[in-house]
Amino acid sequence: MSSIHSELERPPVEEARFSFSIHLYDWISTVDHKRLGLMYIVTALIFLVVAGLMATVIRLQLAFPNGHVVDPDTFNRLFTMHGTTMVFLVGMPFVAGLSNYLVPLMIGARDMAFPRMNAFGFWIFLFGGFLLYFSYIGGSGLSGAGSAPDVGWFAYAPLTSRAFSRGASTDYWILGILVAGIGSIASAINVIVTTLSMRCKGMTLARMPMFVWVMLIDSWLIIIALPPLSAAQIMLLIDRFLGGNFFNTQSGGSAVLWQHFFWIFGHPEVYILIFPAFAILSEVIPIFSRKPIFGRPAMVGAVAAIGFISLGVWAHHMFAVGMTSWSNTFFTASTMLVGIPTGIKIFNWTATMYGGKLRMDTPMLFCCAFLFQFLIAGLTGIMLATGPFDWQLHDSYFVVGHFHFTLVAGLVFALFAGMYYWFPKVSGRMYNETLGKWHFWLFTLGVELTFVPMHFLGFLGMPRRIYTYAPDRGWDFWNLLATSGLLFQLPGILIFVWNIVFSAIKGKPSGDDPWDAWTLEWATTSPPPEYNFETLPEVRSSRPLWDLKNPNDPDWRYE
Amino acid sequence: MFTTLLAIPLAGADLPEHRITNIFEPLATPAESEKNIALLVFAITGVIFVGVAGLLAYTIWRFRQPTHAERTEEPPQVYGSNQIEVAWTVLPVLIVFVLIGVSARVIAAVENASPPQAALKVTVIGHQWWWEVLYPDYGIVTANEIHMPATNDHKNATYLQLQSADVIHSFWLPQLSGKTDLIPNRTNFMWIDPHEPGVYVGNCAEYCGTQHANMLLRVVGEDPKSFKEWTIQQQKRAVDDPQTSEGHAVFESLACVNCHNIAGLGKASAGSKFGPDLTHLMSRQTLGSGVYKNTPENLRAWVNDPQVQKPGCLMPSMKLTPDELSKVVDYLETLR
Repeated sequence: MSSIHSELERPPVEEARFSFSIHLYDWISTVDHKRLGLMYIVTALIFLVVAGLMATVIRLQLAFPNGHVVDPDTFNRLFTMHGTTMVFLVGMPFVAGLSNYLVPLMIGARDMAFPRMNAFGFWIFLFGGFLLYFSYIGGSGLSGAGSAPDVGWFAYAPLTSRAFSRGASTDYWILGILVAGIGSIASAINVIVTTLSMRCKGMTLARMPMFVWVMLIDSWLIIIALPPLSAAQIMLLIDRFLGGNFFNTQSGGSAVLWQHFFWIFGHPEVYILIFPAFAILSEVIPIFSRKPIFGRPAMVGAVAAIGFISLGVWAHHMFAVGMTSWSNTFFTASTMLVGIPTGIKIFNWTATMYGGKLRMDTPMLFCCAFLFQFLIAGLTGIMLATGPFDWQLHDSYFVVGHFHFTLVAGLVFALFAGMYYWFPKVSGRMYNETLGKWHFWLFTLGVELTFVPMHFLGFLGMPRRIYTYAPDRGWDFWNLLATSGLLFQLPGILIFVWNIVFSAIKGKPSGDDPWDAWTLEWATTSPPPEYNFETLPEVRSSRPLWDLKNPNDPDWRYE
Repeated sequence: MFTTLLAIPLAGADLPEHRITNIFEPLATPAESEKNIALLVFAITGVIFVGVAGLLAYTIWRFRQPTHAERTEEPPQVYGSNQIEVAWTVLPVLIVFVLIGVSARVIAAVENASPPQAALKVTVIGHQWWWEVLYPDYGIVTANEIHMPATNDHKNATYLQLQSADVIHSFWLPQLSGKTDLIPNRTNFMWIDPHEPGVYVGNCAEYCGTQHANMLLRVVGEDPKSFKEWTIQQQKRAVDDPQTSEGHAVFESLACVNCHNIAGLGKASAGSKFGPDLTHLMSRQTLGSGVYKNTPENLRAWVNDPQVQKPGCLMPSMKLTPDELSKVVDYLETLR
């Protein structure tokens, strides 16, 4: 036991200078929502680059008929890891990262409701990601079969049973996703509790920013939709290790059961992924149009409606499994219903812009392109929802084109808009506008070139997930065109990375509120201090900074 | 290669082969009704696209500010309008109901069609990475190539029972019909009626493992007379040409017989169903499930080492000596 006396004799602690280990310790031990948010986003961006490079190899293999870039097993691993990574290690951490960084700032709180659970969520997610990628080393198991998972991102039974998937690759897929999913659930619970209990004085639910509203609904959807997947994965583990027969068709299990489990998660999941895009657009478009969002209640209601309907549409992924005509009709109908609230959203965004003063900076450019491209994705979605048309389109390249239009031409565009928009908030510096525009035009051109031809490949009968094709099927031209889009996408991404990294270090100081914006995150300094606000704000409308800047025409007069 | 093809009288070799499988050039009733509904959906979504994209483009063009413009006064702040919200909710509702109604009709017409008494029934069983084809009423077992009469009359449509021996596959001949999955522990049904004689090409459309890409499917639609001849030919036992009895002996002495059946010759291979039935191998147009033309050179290369032709397929390289290889291939070439 040390005595008080010896304590007093210690020399005074030196002021710590910058040191890598202290810095590292700060980041690893942090429970600050902003740092965790950034860590989520940076991790997601790294995985985005990894999975993007996988897609590059896939496209090179398919550029010409009878391609020999990779062998069939490697190709199958590539598309499995590409899909799994993009959904679970890019899309999901973006949801968590954005809501972590922005929700407390937007509702005038000092942190999330459960800061330690927040940190736990991030680290367990990262561990899940590492576990999935460790399969490249450990996946062969003792039997020497396989390396990374090669069962596709929806891992249909019975391809995942012991008989058809030897080694441990499928187990890595199960455990990696299961563990990462725990992180997503932790983060979703945190967002819900934070928004419901930590809003600043005066911020009723009706005055909550659109972004927060959408993220709240998104979080609900996560805690409803993820458990069926976790349950199914545990059942699959029981099949693989304990001799269970849920999905083991050779002992009377059901292959269709897995599909029901997977898609009752999987379809809400795609809305979970696209909601952050809605959230970003609903913030960026009003600021760059200089008008409030048109029809706020309708916009919130539309998101809630999409979330609700999305729980009842899962079997539109299963039109070809031989369901009865009644089931097929039901799921055609329920899926078409999604088109109504989605239409409302596009109309309201357009109406927000109508009559405004549009500033076409990089974030707004990405939002405008999103609207056109998401419109196309929505309309091809209607085609897929039409049961009989889907018998042709299902599992063809049309589907690949469709969901890349929603997730790349849609979600990724919105994420770029959001990243450019909040970059000055996070770094205190401005990105380079010229490079931003170069990024936008190159990436847009590349995306169109890559994903539009895929729709035509589907019409011509090209199934998805094939590693090669014969030269006389009429698929050569469109495949080459799709691959050529890389020539524009890749430089676009490089410019983005350069712009972000360079501007974070050397960019011009941006000031606290460069966009003349209206929500609370712009009321504090850029970057925000650890405690966010010196004194917690008090709001009287959904646009507190508008009220401040326009004292003779405040919003609270109308709300 | 073309001349060798002519030298072997293949059933259906003279028929036009449809290798460009455009779903908008349907050649059977199900694909036609799918195309018609597709055109309706195109028309509706096309109008929506032009309307909405036009409005968007106009809005952007009309209200954009010159870059680096001085920030001036804010535009009028408009918060929304309930009338407008209702208007643009009702219109999509109406469109959606039209689409649901039309879809329901086509779904019922295709799915609920019951087979006429005289319908030809064929069982197709998906295997990793080939198709087993059975004609229960004729006692025919073949592979990768489904012969059926071409017809314009629904009464003569062919009814398929779809099953799987291992994982899920999907039956897709874009010009004949949309897809139906082949699922283990389950029997699915579909029907097709190719309108003209011809060879229709398709692919397995559900990812089923390593060689999913090379699991091609062919339907040979024939006039009823040729089809009848084909069935008679297929019902025969295998040719027993004494000149190739050595090759036959090699075939039976090696592991070939563990997987491949040749009907009527020897007991050793009877009932082996793991690989395609070879009884009338030379009557088929392709090898390796539609990947290679069935020519003597290709057959020799295939038997020598299928892992080169179709890496990862379940037929191992048998490591035959050149002498054994020649004998076996010579024997197989007699199986017409």
